[in-house]
Amino acid sequence: MNTKVNICGVELKNPIMTASGTFGSGREYSELTDLNKIGAVVVKGVAAKPWQGNPPPRIAEVYGGMLNSVGLQNPGVDYFIENDIPFLRQYDTKIVVNVCGHSIDQYKAVVKKLRGRDVDLLELNISCPNVDEGGMAFGTDPVMVEKVVSEVKKEADKPLIVKLSPNVTDITATAKAAVRGGADALSLINTITGMKIDIHRRAPVLYRKIGGMSGPAVKPIALRMVYEVCKCVDVPVIGMGGISNGEDAIEFIMAGATAVAIGTANFVNPKATADTLKGIEEYMIENGIEDICQIRGIIE
Amino acid sequence: MKTIENAKIISKEFISENICDMVIECSHITREAKAGQFVELYPDNGINLLPRPISICGINKIQGTVRLVFQIVGKGTELFSRLREGDSIRVLGPCGNGYDIIDDVDGRALLVGGGIGIPPLLEACRQLNCTKIAVLGYRTGSFLADEFREAGAKVYITTDDGSLGFKGNVVDLLKAEDISADIIYSCGPRIMLKYLSAWAEEKNISCCVSMEERMACGIGACVGCVLPVKENDKIVYKKVCKDGPVFDSREVCW
Repeated sequence: MNTKVNICGVELKNPIMTASGTFGSGREYSELTDLNKIGAVVVKGVAAKPWQGNPPPRIAEVYGGMLNSVGLQNPGVDYFIENDIPFLRQYDTKIVVNVCGHSIDQYKAVVKKLRGRDVDLLELNISCPNVDEGGMAFGTDPVMVEKVVSEVKKEADKPLIVKLSPNVTDITATAKAAVRGGADALSLINTITGMKIDIHRRAPVLYRKIGGMSGPAVKPIALRMVYEVCKCVDVPVIGMGGISNGEDAIEFIMAGATAVAIGTANFVNPKATADTLKGIEEYMIENGIEDICQIRGIIE
Repeated sequence: MKTIENAKIISKEFISENICDMVIECSHITREAKAGQFVELYPDNGINLLPRPISICGINKIQGTVRLVFQIVGKGTELFSRLREGDSIRVLGPCGNGYDIIDDVDGRALLVGGGIGIPPLLEACRQLNCTKIAVLGYRTGSFLADEFREAGAKVYITTDDGSLGFKGNVVDLLKAEDISADIIYSCGPRIMLKYLSAWAEEKNISCCVSMEERMACGIGACVGCVLPVKENDKIVYKKVCKDGPVFDSREVCW
C-alpha cells in the first residue's frame, strides 16, 4: 500500500499535514502523538520580527466548531530558525514554514531569512482574518494576490504554497491569481470570519469582536472550495477545513486534494493526525486501493 | 509528561446545587500531578468540541485518582455533572505549572480562595508543611471548609450575603483580622485576585495567583488563552495553560 504523495518535488510519506497555528511547532504535541507519523508539520505563522498578537479573549466555542482571533502571535523568524528547525529535524517529517507579514516587504524578509535553511516548503499566509494589515487584506483581491505571490516567489528558494482565504465570492479567482503569480501549490481553506455574542454581558465574546471559524461545521464549505479549485488549477492542492478523521480526509482527496491538513481536530483529539492516517489506511485496505493517488480527484 | 487517559468515574456527588465533586481514576495523570495543576475533560458529544480545563482538588497517588470539584457553568460542565459512577471520560493532563509548594516549616502560608477557585487550594493546603491559614470566600453558604480544617488550616469564612462567617470579601477580612503571612497561594475571581494582589504588595508578601482564560488546546500550542504579563519593562502575552495558570501576582497586568 502506498500513501506517499508528492508536493512540488517534496515527497511526503503520507498525505497528513497539520494546519498552521493549531500545532505550534509540534513540541507540545510530541508528548501526545508520534510526529514521525505525520507527512509534514506546518508550523505556526512566522514573521520577520516577534508579534504580540491580539488581546484576550481569543477563543470562543461555537456549535460544531470554534472561533479564534489569536492574531499570529509568534516569536519571529530568528527564534524559529534557532529553536524549531533543530527540534523538528529530530523527527522523520517534512517541515513547512507558514510565512506571515503586514506588508510585502515583511513577507519577503521572512523568506530571505529562510533561504538556505533546512526546511522543505514555504506556505504564504495571505488569508489570516485576525490582523489588520497583510493577512486576509492581501488574500481576497486577485490583483493583490498575484502581486504578493510574484514578489515573494522571487525571494524563495523552496517551493511556495499559497494559503487561500474562503472569505471571497469566488475562490477560483484568487486561486488562479496565485498560480499566475507563481504559486507552486495551494492550500485551503483558512478560517471563515465569524462572531459570537455573550447575551448576558451584551458584548462580543472575542476582544476583536470578529474571529476565524474552524472545526467540523466548516467542512462542507471547505470541501466545496477545494473541489472548485482543483477543477481550475494544475498545481497540487492541500485541503483543510474541519477534517477530523479518515473519512473526512478521503472526501478531500476524492475532491482533488493531494494532501490534507488537520487543524482544530488536534484540540479535540491530540492524536487526530495519527488517527486520521489510520482511517485512511483502513479505507484503502477495505477497498483494495494500492495507491492513494488512485482516488485523488475521482469526483467529476 | 502529559497523557490522555480514559478515566473511570469512581464517585460523584453534588456538594451544593451546582457544584459537583467527582473522583476519577487515571493513574498516569495522577502520578505526575501537582497541586494547582488542571486536567482537560473532553465533552466528546460531537457538538461541544473543546476540552474543559478543571482544576485538581485532590491527588491520591496510591489509588491513582484525582478529585475534581467543579461548578456547572455551561454545556460542558453540565455534561460532566451527569456522568455516573462507572462511566468513563477522556482526560488529558496534568496541565499547567501548578503551585510551588515551599517546604519552610518556619513560615506561615495564607491560602485565599474565592468560590470555585477554592478547590485547587485544598491539595496545596494538604501538602504545605507549615502554619496554614485559609481564607475562603463564598457567595452564600460554604463547601470544602471542613477539609481545610482537617488539613491543619485555621479557617476564616466570608460570604457576600452574610449567611456564614464574615459578611464581605476576603480582602476586607484580611484587613479586619490583621492577618499576616510569608507567602500567599490564591485562586478565585479575577477581581478578588486583583485586590488581594494589591494588599499583598502593600504588605510585601509574595503572592501566587491562579488565573483563568478561555482555552482551546490546553497544552500551549494554540496560543489562545493568553494573559498580559510584565516582563523586563515590556508587556508580553503569556499562555495561561502552559506558563500558568499560576503566576506571581506582581507580574500580572491587572
